[in-house]
Amino acid sequence: MKPADIGILIVDDEASVRDSLCKWFRLDGYRVDTADEGASALRKLQDDSWDIVLLDIKMPGMDGLELQRRIKQIDKDIVTIVMTAFASVDTSIQAMKEGAFDYIVKPIDPDDMGHLIRNAVQHRQLLTENLNLRQQLAEMSYSDEIVGESDAIRQVLARVATVAQTDSTVMIRGESGTGKELVAMAIHGNSNRRYFPMITINCGAYTEGLLESELFGHEKGAFTGAMYRRRGKLEMADKGTLFLDEIGNIGRKMQMDLLRVIESRQFTRLGGDKQIQADFRIISATNRDLEQAVREGSFREDLYYRLNVFSITLPPLRERKSDIPLIARFFMNRFARSMNKAVTDISPETLDMLMKYNWPGNIRELRNVIERAMVGAKSSRIDPGDLSFPFHPSPGAVEDESLEAVEKNHIQNILSRTGGNVSQAAAILKISRLTLYNKIEKYQLKKG
Amino acid sequence: MSRIYLVPIHLNAPEWLGRLRACIEKTFGIRAKCCSFPIDLPAAFDPARNQYSSSLILQQLIANPPADARKILGITDVDLFIPILTYVFGEAQLDGIGAVVSLHRLKNRFYGLPEDNDLMVERLMKESVHELGHTFGLFHCAWFGCALNASTYVEDIDQKSCELCPDCRNAIGLA
Ligand SMILES: [Zn+2]
Ligand SMILES: [Zn+2]
Repeated sequence: MKPADIGILIVDDEASVRDSLCKWFRLDGYRVDTADEGASALRKLQDDSWDIVLLDIKMPGMDGLELQRRIKQIDKDIVTIVMTAFASVDTSIQAMKEGAFDYIVKPIDPDDMGHLIRNAVQHRQLLTENLNLRQQLAEMSYSDEIVGESDAIRQVLARVATVAQTDSTVMIRGESGTGKELVAMAIHGNSNRRYFPMITINCGAYTEGLLESELFGHEKGAFTGAMYRRRGKLEMADKGTLFLDEIGNIGRKMQMDLLRVIESRQFTRLGGDKQIQADFRIISATNRDLEQAVREGSFREDLYYRLNVFSITLPPLRERKSDIPLIARFFMNRFARSMNKAVTDISPETLDMLMKYNWPGNIRELRNVIERAMVGAKSSRIDPGDLSFPFHPSPGAVEDESLEAVEKNHIQNILSRTGGNVSQAAAILKISRLTLYNKIEKYQLKKG
Repeated sequence: MSRIYLVPIHLNAPEWLGRLRACIEKTFGIRAKCCSFPIDLPAAFDPARNQYSSSLILQQLIANPPADARKILGITDVDLFIPILTYVFGEAQLDGIGAVVSLHRLKNRFYGLPEDNDLMVERLMKESVHELGHTFGLFHCAWFGCALNASTYVEDIDQKSCELCPDCRNAIGLA
């Protein structure tokens, strides 16, 4: 059921409330209408079919309770939500007893409103046994981006398929840039949790204190300047998936806190004492050798076992070179669309160079190389000249060279390609002209 | 040639306006231009709530649109509300010309966290694309990463991107 198939009728004597609710629901794509009092609401209910009715309790003429009774006589499956300007709890409880789905006190927190309506819609759908929405959502697939036909990637996809439907905790291993987040999205997108969010948290990006606040949220006044309650990512991941990226980077205290949360699925916000329950699946990812970290004592063994229930290892790009043409074309097509550029092919020489390169940055690096080539491409084909850095034709040769030698070589190549144009070369190398001049001096490079 | 007008309200020459403009131009493929309109902010103030009515600001913003205005986006730092809700990040006319966004709840400081200007600008870009998306007739989108995904908390904004998903791009002819 699309939002447009769901009709919401708003009954309130206050015009500003009717208008703002009406606009709010329209943005979600719902069919909306309003009535300013009970009698005209009943007429609209007879003329047309409505799924959800939001009605004010206090109205001149027929009050909300009476209106609700009459609505239930028309169709008991119409979901009613009563609104009240004051917390007149008694009337609200009475309305609930008489079949109201829920009640809300004006003004409403936008998030509560969103949840309430989503729940009401779901409830209505269950009542009418219409699961179209679920099917429609189920068709969304997140795995298109995991491109490849090599055995290595087929094995990964098979592992994803195996584990997606379970609720098992998954750890994704692999070098930077191999697409660990895409795999997490594919698992989430093919799981029964796909109607709920996948919340990503990059554990490497926070200091310990901030990570705590990110994960657990905080209460108003939890620390100086905490003026408002803030939900943590654990709460946001309720019913969905929590993706902990770079899990190898968290400190000892957070390791312990996480372990506790994983075992109990319960936690409190910083500065709060209320136990909060959250139901989420954990997928973590790391590019580090966690076994080594466990042996060295920098990563808790018990946490490691909790997280590493099912593991999926992504091969580095250099170990599945046969996929490179396919992936390169995938990115070419995507950038052609977003840049609105008619580039439709990659020359054999270019592919040859791409295949021979070692790809330390993996797929991310390949994507960046294709993106830059697309920006510069002058014809409908990507040619070697469009590639923005020199590829070493012999893999392995790099490993024996010092960093300085590689840098010297790289700068010389760029200078040759730009015909000695220092500004251009500096822009490509993403360093200042002054730095480049210094390096030209240091390495005694030829301009051009 | 038609343009998207970016109108700072109660903001003096913010240094990030250029980034916002670039983001909007890239997303919608329409030239954007910053300029100031006279807006009577006190007229939109509600002393009982100590907040500003986004609808009243929007009304003023679109009262006299320049002839070449395709869309007008107001950007303000005051806290916005609509009567039924405790706050909104912004408001837009569905399939209309105008939208307004507020920085107030996009700042880390509001949540008691260290200020992060880049993060604030990123959030602003996402919400600006979101509200402008509505003016192009887009409804809320079910894709979690899409800028048109509905965000009611700042944490939700951080989870999405400032880009439109393929479905939304398609719907407004950008694919
Ligand atoms: Zn919206
Ligand atoms: Zn979308």
